[in-house]
Amino acid sequence: MIYNHYNCAPIPEQIVDLASLPTGARGVVRSLRGGRGFLSRLATMGFTAGTEVTVLQNYGHGPIITLVRGTRVALGRGEARHILVSVVR
Amino acid sequence: MAQPTLTGLSCHTNGAQQVQAIQLREGALHIALAGQPNVGKSTVFNMLTGLNQHVGNWPGKTIEQKVGTIHLPDIDILLVDLPGTYSLTANSPEECIARDYIIREQPDAIIVIVNAAALEHSLYLVAELLQLSRPIVLGLNMLDVAEQNGLQIEPHVLEAALGIPVIPLVATRNQGVRELLEAARRVATHPEQFKPNRPSIRSSHAEVLDQVRGLIAEFVPEPYPVDWVALKLLEGDSEITAMMREATPAEIWEKVEAILRAHEDAFLDIVGGRYEWIERMVRAAVVRPSTGPITLTDRLDRIATHPLWGLIVLSGIFALVFWLTYAVATPLQSWLDSAIVQPLITGIQSVLAGAPGWLVGLLTEGVLGGVGTVITFLPILILFFAMLGLLEDVGYLARAAFVMDRFMHLMGLHGKSFLPLFLGFGCNVPAVMGTRIIEDQRVRLMTIILSPLVPCAARLAVVAFLAPAFFGPHATIATWGLVTFNILVLGVLGALIHRLLAADSDSPFIMELPLYHLPNARTIGLFVWHNTLAFLRKAGTIILIFSVLIWALSVLPSGEVEQSILAWLGRALTPIGRWMGWTDWRLITALLSSFAAKENTIVTLGILYRGEGMDLAQRVSSTLSPAGALAFLVVQMLFIPCAATTAIIRQEGGAWKWGAISVGLLLIVSLVAGMLVYQAAALLGLGV
Repeated sequence: MIYNHYNCAPIPEQIVDLASLPTGARGVVRSLRGGRGFLSRLATMGFTAGTEVTVLQNYGHGPIITLVRGTRVALGRGEARHILVSVVR
Repeated sequence: MAQPTLTGLSCHTNGAQQVQAIQLREGALHIALAGQPNVGKSTVFNMLTGLNQHVGNWPGKTIEQKVGTIHLPDIDILLVDLPGTYSLTANSPEECIARDYIIREQPDAIIVIVNAAALEHSLYLVAELLQLSRPIVLGLNMLDVAEQNGLQIEPHVLEAALGIPVIPLVATRNQGVRELLEAARRVATHPEQFKPNRPSIRSSHAEVLDQVRGLIAEFVPEPYPVDWVALKLLEGDSEITAMMREATPAEIWEKVEAILRAHEDAFLDIVGGRYEWIERMVRAAVVRPSTGPITLTDRLDRIATHPLWGLIVLSGIFALVFWLTYAVATPLQSWLDSAIVQPLITGIQSVLAGAPGWLVGLLTEGVLGGVGTVITFLPILILFFAMLGLLEDVGYLARAAFVMDRFMHLMGLHGKSFLPLFLGFGCNVPAVMGTRIIEDQRVRLMTIILSPLVPCAARLAVVAFLAPAFFGPHATIATWGLVTFNILVLGVLGALIHRLLAADSDSPFIMELPLYHLPNARTIGLFVWHNTLAFLRKAGTIILIFSVLIWALSVLPSGEVEQSILAWLGRALTPIGRWMGWTDWRLITALLSSFAAKENTIVTLGILYRGEGMDLAQRVSSTLSPAGALAFLVVQMLFIPCAATTAIIRQEGGAWKWGAISVGLLLIVSLVAGMLVYQAAALLGLGV
């Protein structure tokens, strides 16, 4: 939970899919969607719940590049949509 | 109960057969080398074993197996290079091989190479390996790259946390490699001193794991570790589940299955738990800068992975490879021919001056014709393998896959399909073998079927040989046009197959982009050496046998080429040739002969058009109209895959069906394309 500086009211977490994060933005993985084999590949590449992901390249079309656990991982746009993250401010 | 079939994923392998062929002294140690892709594992392997390597396939598998020997003064060491894998699940054949090998062969120690610049990520494999309870030493590689990226890593802190020996390495400069081997030797000879800190399961699933372990403990087949099997069941591992379903009595298996069903979420929890353990392990050992520096990789990727600039860079690299082929390899090729092959032929002719004509013919035209082809083909192949090894070693090939992904998807392929297809420009055989990097079986088969449409160096050599005579000053443009036409056909055919057969399925694109780093000459050199050797073995047999066979078919039964079996075949097929403007049966015969090896088109033309004065290409050209000549090269470029490629397609596809489909498909495509091009050229008034 994140709290507002001025009145200490909680700011609702903004959950988006990874493909909609712009270049340079960061998010914390909340959940993964998809079949078992796909989840297994994502998870072993480091996308587990609670992991911080930085978007290194996102031109709004085509695949994106992320930095996860110190490794650059390229993801197809469709694949990135299956990763839900909360936006890090 | 029926055994569930796991297409291409059967895990049962055994590396012992190959290993026995190597001579080792009594008491030799057996060490396995493991690591994720892009950690510099092959460089470490090459540094340790040099040319003492045996390259083969894993038994019953199409995946390359490298075994090396190290002879120390007092002991011999057998080093087995396991396939590079991210984890030890049953997701890919490579992962199955790696874990089965460790479980069944019980190596005395395992050396795991990790990338210091991507430490958390590459320790994942270590977390999995530690659960297999073999002694492990860790090679902390690429410390120089980590430093360039602003990471400070303290090996002894990591060693203290993990409880396993950690050896700092810069493998490309041969630093730490000997120490790594010494450490592996110590744990191998004193396994009782190996007391690692093993990852444990999160408390939320610890109880469930205990229950599963309790139920299956007495039924786990030797030599599988019970703890590991229980963990893999909870992870939902398809292969281990199948094995235990078979091994466990039905009433107990029902209980196990009920537990597993109730905890289907366990998998993500177990992976998450491993990563938490890794975070604890590296916390004290890694000093990270607060803000990441702008690294070389960041700077290069701004261009190399840019949607537009990335494509321009890629085509620039392509252009460079082709330019080098024509500027360096082709002159070298003709020099080899005039300096080695021709003097040999003249020599044999003078030595055998009194011998029967058929013997001289067999040796000079059959045998030396084939040998000459093989020798003169080498410069192109070596150049291609060197370029490919270089691009791979500096980390560029993954970027090429990244920028090509969009285009590959249009054909139902994958960014990774681009790499094997690129290999196809050298030779279609490694291209088909290279499709192993694609995890998705459907995409892999599509890539295999389409890869013979990439014009290999042999076909390009045929075109390079004939085009100047056919098109004069326009030869370069014509060659470019022919290559582009092949790529277009590949694209259209891929898109068609995708639309018709599998429009609904798409394979996930998840790929690591390694950090750029300086290439290692030894790694590239050995890559070139092994691939060239593999080609020579193939070429040395198939091309030579075929050269002799074609020569025999061209003189039997009467000794006259005009009445030979080959001529008869070519004449019988002339009606088909007419559709493409060919009236000479020898062209069809030459095309047919390219089934054994693509360069045989030239070999056969050389034999069939012998003794007519003029240069060979000129002689062929004189029998063809411009439109017919163009059609001939189009068909030659698209024609059925060579025998070796067909055999490899069968091997990699897993059934002769795939070889047959490939041959049939390309036969139709090449003939239709040849006819269309001829008719179009005729319409445009190119001259028939």
